[in-house]
Amino acid sequence: MEKIVLPDIENFHNLDVYLANGGYTAVKKAYAQTTDDIIDQVKKSGLRGRGGAAFSTGLKWSFMPKSTDKPKYLCINGDESEPGSFKDRQIFEFNPHQLIEGILITCYAIQAKSAYLYIRGEYHKWVNLMQKALDDAYERGFVGEKMKETFGHNFTCEIYIHKGAGAYICGEESSLMNSIEGKRGYPRVKPPFPAQNGLWGNPTTINNVETITNIPPIINKGWEWFSAIGEPKHPGTILFGVSGHVNKPGVYELPSGTLLTDIINIHAGGVPGGKKIKCVIPGGSSMPPLRGENLEGVKMDADSLRAAGSAIGTGGIMVMAEDTDIVRVLSRLSKFYHHESCGQCTPCREGTGWMVKLLDRIVDGNASKKDVDLLLNVACNIEGNTICALGEAAAWPVKFTIQRFREEFEKYTADTASIDMPNKVHSMRKTVNPVAKVEV
Amino acid sequence: MPFTFTEENINKINTVVKKYPYKNAAVMPVLYIAQEQNGWISIEVMQEVARTLEMPEEDVLGVATFYTMYHKKPAGRHHVQVCTNVSCMLRGGFDVYKAVKDKLQITHGGVTGDGKYSLEEVECMGSCGTAPMIAVNEDFYENLTPAQALSIIDSLK
Ligand SMILES: Cc1cc2nc3c(=O)[nH]c(=O)nc-3n(C[C@H](O)[C@H](O)[C@H](O)COP(=O)(O)O)c2cc1C
Ligand code: SF4
Ligand code: FES
Repeated sequence: MEKIVLPDIENFHNLDVYLANGGYTAVKKAYAQTTDDIIDQVKKSGLRGRGGAAFSTGLKWSFMPKSTDKPKYLCINGDESEPGSFKDRQIFEFNPHQLIEGILITCYAIQAKSAYLYIRGEYHKWVNLMQKALDDAYERGFVGEKMKETFGHNFTCEIYIHKGAGAYICGEESSLMNSIEGKRGYPRVKPPFPAQNGLWGNPTTINNVETITNIPPIINKGWEWFSAIGEPKHPGTILFGVSGHVNKPGVYELPSGTLLTDIINIHAGGVPGGKKIKCVIPGGSSMPPLRGENLEGVKMDADSLRAAGSAIGTGGIMVMAEDTDIVRVLSRLSKFYHHESCGQCTPCREGTGWMVKLLDRIVDGNASKKDVDLLLNVACNIEGNTICALGEAAAWPVKFTIQRFREEFEKYTADTASIDMPNKVHSMRKTVNPVAKVEV
Repeated sequence: MPFTFTEENINKINTVVKKYPYKNAAVMPVLYIAQEQNGWISIEVMQEVARTLEMPEEDVLGVATFYTMYHKKPAGRHHVQVCTNVSCMLRGGFDVYKAVKDKLQITHGGVTGDGKYSLEEVECMGSCGTAPMIAVNEDFYENLTPAQALSIIDSLK
C-alpha cells in the first residue's frame, strides 16, 4: 500500500532527500493553474479534514471571499492535544517539507499571504524540527520573497510558527485564532465564520496538519488518483494512532475504510495476552466508545463510523482490554475536560465540574444507582448548549459510556447512597452539613 | 524583584514581533522568552512584558494565567511532568506517577525543598503511542516502567 503522508523513504525530512523525490514540484505545477482550478481539484479529490470534523477541504477553501481588500490568512492546526492523538507529531518529524509545500499551495489557492502553523507548546522538540525545516526552505528560496525566482510566479507568502502554551481548547479553530492574536484561548461565537471574520477580523481558513500534508500529492498525481484510494466518500489514507492495550502501539497510515479489527489485530499486533477487547474509542477521547463485541465489520471512515455509533475524529484508536475499569477511565477523562474547559459557558464550566464530582463519588463507592442517571442528565444538559464543541467532547464520553456500559457502574453503586445528604446536589459540596440519611 | 530583559533577549523580542501584524500579538512568545530568562512569570515580569509590547498589564496577566505552561510561581530546576491521561493510564501511567510522587515526596504543583524538582500531573502529551511517559523540562522520556522513570530522575544533575 502506497503511503501518502508518511512515505517509507529514509531521511525524507531532509530537504535534499525531499527534493530528490520530487519535492516542491507540486507548487510549481499549482502556480501554473488558476486558484479556482486548484480548489476544484481538491474538491473533486474528496479530501476531508483530518482534524476531527471530516469536512470537505475544497469546499472550505471555496468559502474564502474573492473580492476583498483585507489580508487573508491560513492557519494550520497542529495543536494535537486530544487524548489518544499523536499523528501530526509524526509529520513534523518525518515529513515537514511536504507540510510546507502543502501550505504554499493552500496559501495560493485561497490567496493568503501569511500562514501561521500552530504547534502545541509541549512539542518543543517538534517545534524545533519544524523550525529547522522551515529555515531550510526559506534559505533555498521556497518560502518568502525568493519564491518569485524559484517558482517563476509573482505569488509569495510567509510562514510563521506559533507555539501554544498548554491549552487543549486552542485546537478549536476560533480559540486557535485568538491564541495567535495573543489573547486567551476563548472560542468565539459562530457565525461569523472564520472565512468571513477570522484572524484579526480577516478572512481565514483553518486546516489540520495532516489535511494540508495531503495537498502536494493530490496536485502532482491528480484528484482521480486520490479519490480512488480507500472509501469513496472519505478517500485517501488516514493516520491511525493506536494506543492502549495493543502489542504494537503506534501510528499506521492506511487507506480509509480499513477494518477497525484489522488495524487492532493485524497492524497493531492485537491485545497482549490474547485478551478480549472490552471497549474501543475509535477517534480520540471525545468520540463515543464502542463495545468490544460490536467491532466486527466496522470500517474506519467518517460515514461507516457514524453508522456504527461513533465518529472518526482524529483517528486516534484507544483500545481497552477486558479487565479495564471503564468507570475509572471515564473518571480520568472527565477530569481532563473539566481542566480544559475555558470557562466561558456555564453548562460546560459547571457541568464538567459536576461530572467530575459525581464520578469521584461513584468511584469512591458513595453513589446510588440514581446518581448514574444524574450524571447522564448533567451530560445531556451540556450537549448543544455551549459556544464550542468542547461541550460535546466532554458530554459524549459520559453519555455514551453510561448508555453502552451501564453494567460497569453496577459494581460501584448501591440502591441507596451511603453518605448523608440533604439533597443530591448540595451533598456534593465538600462543606455540606450532613442533615440526615436520605433514601434516594 | 524588578525585571528587565537582557540585551540578547531584547533582540530576540525585536525579531519575534515581526511575525505578527500587531505588537501585542507577540505576547505568548515574549512570555516564553521571559520565562527562559527568569525561570517563572512574576508580576514584575508581566509588567515588563506589557511595557515592552505597549499593551495593558491586565491583558498580559490574562494570557499568562490562561495557559498552563507559564509558571506563575517558581518551578524546580527539573520540572517533572507525568501524564496520567487515558492512553498512559492504560499502560501504567498512574504507577509511574505514584513512584515519582513517593520518591520526590511532593504532589501535583509541589517543589522539593532544595528547589531541584517540581512535579506536575499533566494531560495527554501526544505520546500515547509510546506510553507511559514523563517529561522533564522540554525533554520527553517514553515507554517507561516506574523504575526507569525513577532512574531518569536520579540521573538529573
Ligand atoms: C475542543 C476542540 C479541540 C480541537 N482540537 C483540534 C486539534 O488539536 N487539531 C486539529 O486539527 N483540530 C482540532 N479541532 C478541530 C478544529 O476546530 C477544526 O475543525 C480543524 O482544525 C479543521 O481542520 P480540518 O478541516 O483540516 O479537519 C478541535 C475542535 C474542538 C472543538
Ligand atoms: S464549551 Fe466549554 S470550552 Fe467551549 S467555549 Fe464554552 S466553556 Fe469554553
Ligand atoms: S495519554 Fe499520555 S501522552 Fe497521550
